[in-house]
Amino acid sequence: MRNTIAFPLLGLAVILQSSVVSQMRLISGYADLPLLVIAAWALQERVKSAWHWGIVACVMISFVSNMPWLVVGIGYLGVVFLAQTLQRRVWQAPLLAMFSVIFVGTLFIHLLSFGVLSLLGTPYPFNDVVGFITLPSLLLNMLLSIPVYALMRDLARWVYPLEEYE
Amino acid sequence: MNSRSLQTTIIFLVVGGILALSLGGFFGSASRQFSSVLIDAQTWLSSRFLGLQDFVTAPRDIVSLRTRNAELETQVSQLQAQVIELQQRVSETEILAALVDFSRSNPESTYKAAAVIGRDPSPFLHYIIINRGSNDDIRRGMPVVTNQGLVGRVDAVIADAARVQLITDPASAVNVYLQNAETSAVAFGSVTGDVSLDMISQSTTVESGDLILTSGLGGGYPSDLIIGQVVTIRSLEFELFQQATVQPAVDFTRLDIVLVITNFRPVDIAPLEPLPSP
Repeated sequence: MRNTIAFPLLGLAVILQSSVVSQMRLISGYADLPLLVIAAWALQERVKSAWHWGIVACVMISFVSNMPWLVVGIGYLGVVFLAQTLQRRVWQAPLLAMFSVIFVGTLFIHLLSFGVLSLLGTPYPFNDVVGFITLPSLLLNMLLSIPVYALMRDLARWVYPLEEYE
Repeated sequence: MNSRSLQTTIIFLVVGGILALSLGGFFGSASRQFSSVLIDAQTWLSSRFLGLQDFVTAPRDIVSLRTRNAELETQVSQLQAQVIELQQRVSETEILAALVDFSRSNPESTYKAAAVIGRDPSPFLHYIIINRGSNDDIRRGMPVVTNQGLVGRVDAVIADAARVQLITDPASAVNVYLQNAETSAVAFGSVTGDVSLDMISQSTTVESGDLILTSGLGGGYPSDLIIGQVVTIRSLEFELFQQATVQPAVDFTRLDIVLVITNFRPVDIAPLEPLPSP
């Protein structure tokens, strides 16, 4: 029941992404708020519902975006998988894990988007994609990863209190 | 006359004499000294009294002033909010007035105004989301314009919203013609949001500043909608076509309100295209 908070929170993240974050461009790239939220959530030790959150995020983004659902699904669920794998192995340095997940996750989603959209016939020059979209987006994602991680950590402590977790 | 009456009469005469002498100016220096002492004394007393009055009444005044200051600050913030709201309304009214002028000058089309409420979450795609959908008779394929020129066309529709593909999207291709050169070309979007022209015949002379309009070929867009102007031309002898960069007429970073042309139905010419021979 407590996981139903995913719906308003991810809904808010997608709305903010569509209406605010997408206007705050660095060259042609911008941050990916839903990606940051699900990565930070999946990295929380107490959280058991990261996959559910990932699926909810995929559904919401697919509803708003024209990006093929395959890219959204594989991309975001791949980030959840990566975050959970790293969380088990780098549990003593959560911020390092967050940076790693965001770095690899952003590159993975952008590479996937580039590959699938190119296969569908849209011309995307690779150098332009890297220079104008991926690197600026990566920088913005890395900058936003610290505050988003802190927020999601507090949320995880509220949703999964320590005594209950132990 | 008894002695008491005499005494009173003498006092009156003396006082009257002194008054008469002083009014006549005979006691000038003595009068000035007396009055200056009196004024000094009064000044001292008055200043001390005002000081005492300030001391007694000051705390009450600070409280009332603070209250008044808070009231005025609240009023100022309310007025500032009103000013911002009115500025927004003025800006919105200016945009709407321009759009109304545009729709009046193009009476052959019917328009529906829509506000831009979002953009595609992915930086790879150049789409906007508008607050009109199938409930407002918006259909897929309808062109979207502003008073400045062509914005794009409706790509997907739900009940109360629609997604519009901008002409800057890398997957967008619009058949156009160059007004001065009187030749056709195709306008493509790009990753960076720039618009470029391709498929310009090598035999055509294109110049910087040439106006680009939709040609209506292919049935995807109505004809004669402004797209922009040619900025630079790239012509290489060994290539089949010339290319050009375009300065779009529409500022795509500041799209607030757009017009959907509701009486245009795109034509799907795919069945008419010849099949490749085996």
